[in-house]
Amino acid sequence: MDTLMLSRMQFASTTIFHFFFVPVTIGLSFIIAIMETMYVRSGNEEYKRMAKFWGKLFLVNFAIGVVTGILQEFQFGMNWSDYSRFVGDVFGAPLAIEALLAFFLESTFIGIWIFGWEKVSKKIHLLSIWFVAIGTTLSAFWILAANSFMQHPVGYTINNGRAEMNDFLSLITNGQVLVEFPHTVLGAFATGAFLIIGVSAIKLLRKQNVSFFQKSFKIAAIVGIISSIGVAFAGHWQAQYLVKTQPMKMAASEGLWGKSGDPAPWTVVANIDPEKMVSTHELKIPYALSFLSYSTFSGEVKGMKELQAEYEQKYGPGNYIPPVRTTFWSFRIMIAAGMAMIFITLWAVYLMWRKKLDQPNTGFLRICLSGLLLPPIANTAGWVMTEFGRQPWTVFGLMTTERSVSPNITAGQVLFSLITFNAIYGVLLIVLIYLFVKVIKKGPYAIDEDSHSTDPYNKKEGHHALT
Amino acid sequence: MLSLNELWFVLIAVLFVGFFFLEGFDFGVGMQSQLLPKDERQRRVMINSIGPFWDANEVWLITGAGAMFAAFPEWYATLFSGFYVPFVFALFGLILRGVAFEYRGKAQSGGWRTTWDLSILIGSFLPPFLLAIVFASFIKGLPIDGDMQMHAAFFGDIVNVYTVLAGVAVVLLCNIHGLLFTALRTFGELQERARKRSRALLLPTGVVLLAFVIMTYFQTDIFKVRGALLWAIAVLGLVAFLLAGYFSKNKRDGWAFGMTGAVLGLSVIAVFVGLFPRVMVSSLGEAYNLTITNSASGHYSLKVMTIVALTMLPFVLGYQIWSYFIFHKRLSDKETLEY
Repeated sequence: MDTLMLSRMQFASTTIFHFFFVPVTIGLSFIIAIMETMYVRSGNEEYKRMAKFWGKLFLVNFAIGVVTGILQEFQFGMNWSDYSRFVGDVFGAPLAIEALLAFFLESTFIGIWIFGWEKVSKKIHLLSIWFVAIGTTLSAFWILAANSFMQHPVGYTINNGRAEMNDFLSLITNGQVLVEFPHTVLGAFATGAFLIIGVSAIKLLRKQNVSFFQKSFKIAAIVGIISSIGVAFAGHWQAQYLVKTQPMKMAASEGLWGKSGDPAPWTVVANIDPEKMVSTHELKIPYALSFLSYSTFSGEVKGMKELQAEYEQKYGPGNYIPPVRTTFWSFRIMIAAGMAMIFITLWAVYLMWRKKLDQPNTGFLRICLSGLLLPPIANTAGWVMTEFGRQPWTVFGLMTTERSVSPNITAGQVLFSLITFNAIYGVLLIVLIYLFVKVIKKGPYAIDEDSHSTDPYNKKEGHHALT
Repeated sequence: MLSLNELWFVLIAVLFVGFFFLEGFDFGVGMQSQLLPKDERQRRVMINSIGPFWDANEVWLITGAGAMFAAFPEWYATLFSGFYVPFVFALFGLILRGVAFEYRGKAQSGGWRTTWDLSILIGSFLPPFLLAIVFASFIKGLPIDGDMQMHAAFFGDIVNVYTVLAGVAVVLLCNIHGLLFTALRTFGELQERARKRSRALLLPTGVVLLAFVIMTYFQTDIFKVRGALLWAIAVLGLVAFLLAGYFSKNKRDGWAFGMTGAVLGLSVIAVFVGLFPRVMVSSLGEAYNLTITNSASGHYSLKVMTIVALTMLPFVLGYQIWSYFIFHKRLSDKETLEY
């Protein structure tokens, strides 16, 4: 395998892995901030216990999110140096601002939050978790502004063979980021909510700390229903934007080779043959693609063959069709997982409303438990569709992936780093699962022998222990 | 008046000075936490002493790299692709270390802690060692061709006597710096041990540093390019180093800590002063040097970034200083230890 292929594999694997943890960080930090707010307002210690318990899972997750993020920043220069040269002027700015504006905020206040329980006032402590939550969201905004430039480049001119920024405001109000940001962040909220819903379901099934986990469940279910329905709406706007700006990605995600016809039906499943450029065994819902694309029940969508011809005229000879099967199926997996999430939260809220959550239905709780897997599946599939669907471009219409790779690194070097990073990531995943299980098993009222090392039988501390 | 290119060169220098000053001590604490304490309790106190800080300290590096990307994309691209293998190792270290701090206290078994302790050791040693090699290579010169592509041999171009000496010097400095930080945030036996060891490390560190400065004189052109200024920095560095020893002897830990930080900071400043207006020296000929002009972003981009940076910087510095103020007290015996 060559440097390009290996670099793509490394970027894909490290990015997907990183993005298991980012949404959990964003979502959980907000829900923990809500719980701590409830504690500070009501003085009810149970809410404090909640912030602490979910905070433990949050920190285990946060650590991996942070360390895998550093690699993301370095990787652009290491593996994609020609890309970095070409777009650094535009793409570098949001990254630098992300570090300055978001990472410092997040990292400083997470320190205060972890170590400050007994050192700062309740309000300052509460403020620090809110700053962490705001920091993670700001971070999402800036990295998505950078990513949006790759999907839909705006605010630049080409000068001396490279992209130069000429309009910062349009870069950060890029139509793409305006649809991508709410979709991603709401997805992250839902991810945090489903983690709490799933873990609470385990504990409720075992009838442990029932009151604690019912309360947690309720808070998460409310966040969950708002965000998972919100994700669907934001996704709808995003799809419409996609039809306008990246029609090839839309056509590929539909497995649509020729014209759709008017009104356009939405293909539920199909057998796609990229060699022969046909899709067979299609199951279609009439009108649905028109609605998805234009919010009305009429309108035609362009197919890949037509777009290929257009692009060849515009950009010269080449293959402009992305990996169709991957794009098509990842889109459907994302939608299916998203629908399941809406279904589960609707059910949960219905049970809450009918006050039936007190005698939980085992079947429902089991479904909630399996719901733990839905957000990571949806998040991953969504990004796979977005990034695979953009191929062969790194920056749509401006630079291909092939041209982006570092010309001075060897396949051996990349193979070495690919193995190193994937091995260490694999180990980290096992460790994370181990720690999650451990924290969950111990539950919220376990005595913290791990973190409390005060010895009550120590003479010097005896007085302290007795009072 | 500074041009924007010059300003960003200075800002990046400031970020790396901040990084080595701040993360320098937590690298040092990380390494020494595996060597200095006599029991698990002391080890935990040591690791917890940097608990609230190390993450934000690391962001200085991330911001430095981000600023390079935005302000000098050619520098960023040449640097990171050219030093591919060293960066893989540095990242490996940073990844291990970050999770190790968070995870080592989360389970009790001996094997668990030993594993993460080893990770802390590797993770605290590799990044400063490798970054020092990178910085020393900047001024020594690297094979960078007309397309700004660096084609360096791992042994020879990147790893050689001169750069390794820089690595050893910085690692030793971080150790003293970290020990003095420990002396500042603890008391009793651990504090005494930290003070004693910081003094023991002074002489070998001084010798390595001196050897490095002498080699720099012969191996690089920076003393020829910026003679007077560099001599002044070198003398200041020497004074700071001697003062660190003096204060440490008199148990003025805070002052001693400031002085070792100054030595680290002055070393970074020396590199940047020696480089200016270059950002990377090409060993293939002067025409191939990367400079603050030929590697920079356009004027507009720099202007936008300047506005954002200057608006945000006071806040960023403000809350970071505040966080050091919150945790300025020595760790007491009754402390709840997170890590």
